[in-house]
Amino acid sequence: MSLDHATVRRIAKLARIRLDEDEVPRLAGELNAILGYVEQLAEVDVEGVAPLSGGAQMALRMREDAVTDGQYPDRVLANAPERIGDFFAVPKVVE
Amino acid sequence: MSVLDMTIAAALDALAAKTVSAVELTEAHVAAVEALNPRLNAFITTTPELALEQARAADDARAKGEAPALAGIPIAMKDLFCTEGVRTTAGSKILEPFVPPYESTVSARLKAAGAVMLGKANLDEFAMGSSNITSGYGPVENPWQRADGAKLTPGGSSGGSAAAVAARMAMGATGTDTGGSIRQPAAFSGIAGIKPTYGRCSRFGIIAFASSLDQAGPMARTVEDCAILLREMSGFDPKDSTSAERAVPDFRAACGRGVKGLRIGIPAEYRVEGMPREIEKLWQDGIDWLRREGAEIVDVSLPHTKYGLPVYYIVAPAEASSNLARYDGVRFGARIEGKDLIDLYERTRAAGFGAEVKRRIMIGTYVLSAGYYDAYYLKAQKVRALILRDFQEAFGKVDALLTPTAPSAAFALGEKMDDPVTMYLNDVFTVPASLAGVPGMSVPAGLDAAGLPLGLQVLGRHFDEETVFAVSSVLERAAGFAHRPGVIAGGAA
Repeated sequence: MSLDHATVRRIAKLARIRLDEDEVPRLAGELNAILGYVEQLAEVDVEGVAPLSGGAQMALRMREDAVTDGQYPDRVLANAPERIGDFFAVPKVVE
Repeated sequence: MSVLDMTIAAALDALAAKTVSAVELTEAHVAAVEALNPRLNAFITTTPELALEQARAADDARAKGEAPALAGIPIAMKDLFCTEGVRTTAGSKILEPFVPPYESTVSARLKAAGAVMLGKANLDEFAMGSSNITSGYGPVENPWQRADGAKLTPGGSSGGSAAAVAARMAMGATGTDTGGSIRQPAAFSGIAGIKPTYGRCSRFGIIAFASSLDQAGPMARTVEDCAILLREMSGFDPKDSTSAERAVPDFRAACGRGVKGLRIGIPAEYRVEGMPREIEKLWQDGIDWLRREGAEIVDVSLPHTKYGLPVYYIVAPAEASSNLARYDGVRFGARIEGKDLIDLYERTRAAGFGAEVKRRIMIGTYVLSAGYYDAYYLKAQKVRALILRDFQEAFGKVDALLTPTAPSAAFALGEKMDDPVTMYLNDVFTVPASLAGVPGMSVPAGLDAAGLPLGLQVLGRHFDEETVFAVSSVLERAAGFAHRPGVIAGGAA
């Protein structure tokens, strides 16, 4: 499988990374080198093997579904690039 | 001997005997950081006032007979651990303005244990790299030097931590290891470092790269010092869903166990083509040392070893693409304004992330996208299961494994940079243990012909760091590694 330029642009869009047109050929080359390298997994027989998602050899814990934290909006908002009152502010999204 | 050359174990004895104070120890290290950091760039942020304040508190506590385990020990904190009130960048420009309002569990534990924080250590951006060149704050220079004078990489991603410890700017440091980011820089910088079992140290407050792989661990100049630090860093944390509910053993005591009667596996698949003869020879030395101390050497096979890297370069970017979605210029970090919200996201991320991070996010986005998920991500997870099975079968026959840590010594900044895949090959011996979640330690064991340090790696069963420490200590004693880097605080070697 080889990525064409249109696919590179589509992936960048999905990843929300703005690409300049002159970056596309270089990125396509680099991404194709990586995908070419991982291609060797095709030769491994995984028939009947259950996928392993994590490094922990354990089931996830459950906890009581209760609020245990919060009530400090100033700390939560302290790093916001822009805030209005107790809210994060973004450019207008609804006309 | 300068206090800068002391081990943590010796410094704790000296502090207890009041032959040195925490303030004296800290002042010496603060001066070392001031002298060497402009050259080595091991720290992104230094915190001398905080360090001296913590040192005074450590001395006060000791005067009252209440000194906790690490009271007065100056360390470097990898800049991936959130530290309340101290800027935390993850080596990325996108987090340049970020001052965490909370503390990571590991750094909080070290703080509670009385450790003194000298500053935040440089790293590859979001811990993605093996050379520290992807840092948004400039590369770190390895304090070790090659005859040709080329500036060398300390390895990565915990390269600032490794350089700081090797150059005697800090007695120890925290690192994180996702595919080798503690073990490879430890090997390149002639120090010890352990990635404990996945789940041993809490991930809470560590800026996430690949959550199923990320694991914190200590780096120091001796195996015993790593054991001392790891005990304080470890333990169950309800704030991390994969934190292990297990008692923390006395790792330091395990360092003295010896290897008599242990079965040590030598995996055939780690004998890769093109491995330098010196590394081959060092590995054989390691085998001989362990045999001489009473271990039984057993040939074992980990047949899926060669698939470790390709699995890693699907799984880690996939998780990274998801974890790094949070950097959107809205809640924290840098923002570049746009004509609408999507444009703001795209411009913020284009400006804030470096080239390697963008590549990995895009690979991750692709392998998780509709139509490719099964072929790439699901397939990689299944091969990951086979890699774990390899280790489980090997550990049915042996107590630990011995391998080289990395396929080369430190390379020069600028070398191996032609294409991403060449750089990825650095991690060939460290990635499989990360995928399986087993503990692994790198021990400085010798020098190559150019005078650069080489490491041996010891891998153990899940939650059996004690055996890893026992084997590593025997290797350390046998190797008698007393070499010092060319750039060192307090003068030349």
